[in-house]
Amino acid sequence: MTVEGGVQYSKIAEIKGPLVVVDDVENAAFDELVEIETTEGERRLGKVLEVGNGKAIVQVFEGTTGLSISGTKAKFVGKVMEMPVSKEVLGRVFDGLGRPKDGLPDPIADKFVDINGEPMNPEQREYPKDFIQTGVSVIDGLMTLVRGQKLPIFSGSGMSHNLLAAQIARQASVVGTQDDFAVVFAAIGVQYSEAEYFRRSLEESGALKRSVLFLNTADDPAIERIITPRVALTVAEYLAFDLGMHVLVVITDMTNYAEALREISAAREEVPGRKGYPGYLYTDLSTLYERAGKLNGRKGSVTQVPILSMPSDDITHPIPDLTGYITEGQIVVGRDLFRQGVYPPINILMSLSRLMKDGIGEGSTREDHSEVSNQVYDAYSRAQEVRALAGIVGKAGLTEIDLKYLELGDTFEKEFLTQATDENRTIEETLGLMWKIVSKLPRNEITKIKDKYVEQYYKEE
Amino acid sequence: MAAQGTIVWVSGPAVKANGMSDAKMYETVTVGNSKLVGEVIRLTGDVAFIQVYESTSGLKPGEPVVGTGNPLSVLLGPGIIGQLYDGIQRPLRELSKASGSFIGRGITTSAVDMTKKYHFVPTVSNGDEVTAGNIIGTVQETDLIEHAIMLPPDHVGGKISNIVSEGDYDLETVLANTEKDGQSIPIKMYHKWPVRKPRPYHKRYDPTVPLLTGQRVIDTFFPIAKGGTGSIPGAFGTGKTVTLHQIAKWADSQVVVYIGCGERGNEMTEVLVEFPHLKDPRSGKPLMDRTVLVANTSNMPVAAREASIYTGVTIAEYYRDMGKDVVLVADSTSRWAESLREMSGRLEEMPAEEGYPSYLASRLAEFYERAGRVQAAGSPERDGSVTLIGAVSPSGGDFTEPVTTHTMRFIKTFWALDAKLAYSRHYPSINWMNSYSGYLADIAKWWSENISEDWFSIRSQTYGVLQREDTLKEIVRLLGPEALPDEEKLILEVARMVKIALLQQNSFDDVDTYCSPEKQFKLMKLCVDFYNKGQQALKEGASLSDIRELGVVSSLLKARMDVKDDEMPKLDKLEKDMQEQFKSISGVKVSN
Repeated sequence: MTVEGGVQYSKIAEIKGPLVVVDDVENAAFDELVEIETTEGERRLGKVLEVGNGKAIVQVFEGTTGLSISGTKAKFVGKVMEMPVSKEVLGRVFDGLGRPKDGLPDPIADKFVDINGEPMNPEQREYPKDFIQTGVSVIDGLMTLVRGQKLPIFSGSGMSHNLLAAQIARQASVVGTQDDFAVVFAAIGVQYSEAEYFRRSLEESGALKRSVLFLNTADDPAIERIITPRVALTVAEYLAFDLGMHVLVVITDMTNYAEALREISAAREEVPGRKGYPGYLYTDLSTLYERAGKLNGRKGSVTQVPILSMPSDDITHPIPDLTGYITEGQIVVGRDLFRQGVYPPINILMSLSRLMKDGIGEGSTREDHSEVSNQVYDAYSRAQEVRALAGIVGKAGLTEIDLKYLELGDTFEKEFLTQATDENRTIEETLGLMWKIVSKLPRNEITKIKDKYVEQYYKEE
Repeated sequence: MAAQGTIVWVSGPAVKANGMSDAKMYETVTVGNSKLVGEVIRLTGDVAFIQVYESTSGLKPGEPVVGTGNPLSVLLGPGIIGQLYDGIQRPLRELSKASGSFIGRGITTSAVDMTKKYHFVPTVSNGDEVTAGNIIGTVQETDLIEHAIMLPPDHVGGKISNIVSEGDYDLETVLANTEKDGQSIPIKMYHKWPVRKPRPYHKRYDPTVPLLTGQRVIDTFFPIAKGGTGSIPGAFGTGKTVTLHQIAKWADSQVVVYIGCGERGNEMTEVLVEFPHLKDPRSGKPLMDRTVLVANTSNMPVAAREASIYTGVTIAEYYRDMGKDVVLVADSTSRWAESLREMSGRLEEMPAEEGYPSYLASRLAEFYERAGRVQAAGSPERDGSVTLIGAVSPSGGDFTEPVTTHTMRFIKTFWALDAKLAYSRHYPSINWMNSYSGYLADIAKWWSENISEDWFSIRSQTYGVLQREDTLKEIVRLLGPEALPDEEKLILEVARMVKIALLQQNSFDDVDTYCSPEKQFKLMKLCVDFYNKGQQALKEGASLSDIRELGVVSSLLKARMDVKDDEMPKLDKLEKDMQEQFKSISGVKVSN
């Protein structure tokens, strides 16, 4: 990030939390980039949140620790924050503000791009429908990911979401194509070990040279986290729409992002919405998630898999709640399955891919995919009801049909859901397993599949 | 004299400018050197508080603000149908010509193509006395829409002069003049109307005609009337958008206005991709020929999201005034309420519940009150309607939050989406115990006159089964299903049948996506017949498993997908099969 030019001011009126109020300011613009210089000559970056009546409120990304009223200088740079982009960013590691962290020099910029991006014109979007095979049965079969989709993983602390995200990043492919593929990884306030796990996983699979990493770890400044996903997505958009690559963006952990946003909102004394988060949390999150997509007449795509940990596993908490309203589905990691040692521990009933319907079927996966997946959902949901009932009245109080469902639930979890972290199943294998589950049912229980597919694939045991 | 001021303060979408003593409340202004569009929302002394409809990034104090003298208005004339507008009626297709794949700023475009020619057929002659709202002629806007050219609702009236003869004219051509008190007013194909002001009408009727959507759980169980109001609240993933898309596709109205208010970009793209290929089941023409889209997606500027609702409803009223039935679908009113909250916060107003402004309820009431079935102003006499359907996205799926609770006060049909149903893939996930319709009694007459006299009683019996099941479920939960006598187990069986054969509907299945009222009634009647015959058979000694294993059960469960609307004889055959199969088991004694 290079900073040049601009007007310097030294009259600091107030420092509170992550904010600095600069007095006697003329000619500063809303959203403008600011360079703060401490008494010791250290330089930090910030941006203008509010300007007027001679004052500018500046949010300092690296935090205000060590700043003083008298010795601090603020330079208004005259432009918004930009990220230098070029093909050379591939294989590099950056910090949360987009500065090199791997000891190498700044990549030579092809161009500088406003990190806030601009909203895609809905009229210019291309509706996503290319099936991505992740090799994870439960995702490919029941909550299919497509290119240009935003499909978050809702998890809880300590669960295996990182294993899953890394597996997706390693295995994701579109069957029958050899397109340029890239991974952009943004770590937001996660532990060093988690970021390192992800880096190593990409390295071992040989994917690191087509990846870009942005790391803001737990010990990095909290306010920087506002910027990290934005620089990452700016690079992703460049790779996708300027260079025509298919980019998978993994962002972890969005909960830390939302908390940084809350910290700034509190410092500005704004009226809070739910649980102290600002009323504009939804709008703010959408400016990140909506940067996924495909565009008419351009080759590439941006697919997002953001990860967020639900505080106390509560899906109604504002962060997962507002995320779910924006994203095109969600993959929910379940505590019960995780405790039983199932991997991937995905709670399918709470999970959903909204774009699945257009990514599957004849020509992409197989013509029976949609109906067999409906039947599996239905059957597993019945199995869960029966399990609950069996817990109260015992197996003896169950009907014969109920017992079949009980058995089906176990088969589902042991043979279909469970798979190894390095096991890459084809869609045919996945569909075969789904029919195996459905075949546990007597034929007259199959209400969601057309007879012609039942005749073709159903094998009663 | 237009106000000319200077920006003194900028924070997000909110801007303050001084030197604005000439500005009026809700006047549109251009803000800054890049001429962004804004609207005055508060005046204090000579300082105007302005909400800006475009991104204010880079805006500086000292830049100019210029008033336009006009309130935020939409242009109403032929060319609106088939468009995709942003929240302030800028066509997104034109914006992409100016700024490419991403939305640029400060672009002005006309809402419709002013140079396009339409074939005008006059319906009045020189010397005719006309008043506000009068139709002076028609043009064919799309294959489906005959567009009436009307005098603006605030027109003073007068005598027609200089009317053009039938022929092709563009929008700027003066088609006629009106003369009154020596004043001559030119009439063109279009006029403008302020979005925040409801368009006047002659008189209002009670909504008594159902709006048929082809969705069984809506039409049969929780119907909405033409000119009525409905709300569809639900947590994420419960299928709000799919249900709204289904209504937009299949509702028997002449015009559909679909507002994507703070929602996903891809959803609007989906409509744009899908609707031109889908055929209206009644006319066989592409659905896009009757649809207008207003899109202010979640990442587009928040102030324009607030305006998008008004832009949409004003367009809906305009087509209503031509004597058409219009359905307006707003997804989602919660995001609109959030944009109110955000601006209210920047105005530093005292917040009410959960940070929402205290006027949230009155704004919602004003919006829903713009629905109605009316006789339009002016002659010829014509009736039209605006049906308003708003999605609500309650935070955490909690229906006690302010937007849901206030909305419930102003609407009559409530389709409560249920996350539990959605988790078990019961779609549409409209909960039959929590939903209601205030129009049931009013529209029962229509069903009895057009479909069957028995409609109301059959519907009540079906609903009765669902209610009984709801109570029995509690017992099953505690004691297991085996604790129930066979008569009650049969109720559980029939309730399951009603859920699968009637309430569930697969919107992605070519046959099931739309269900005619005749088929809806017949399927419902078959379920009730099955129930009555089953109870009878039990009395006569048949066992429950005999009934459960009748071949007709699985045919009935799949009939919604297997029987097309024009294959009703297949359902008659199913009815006959049912009779025979029941005959074959009754009289068989159980061995216990």
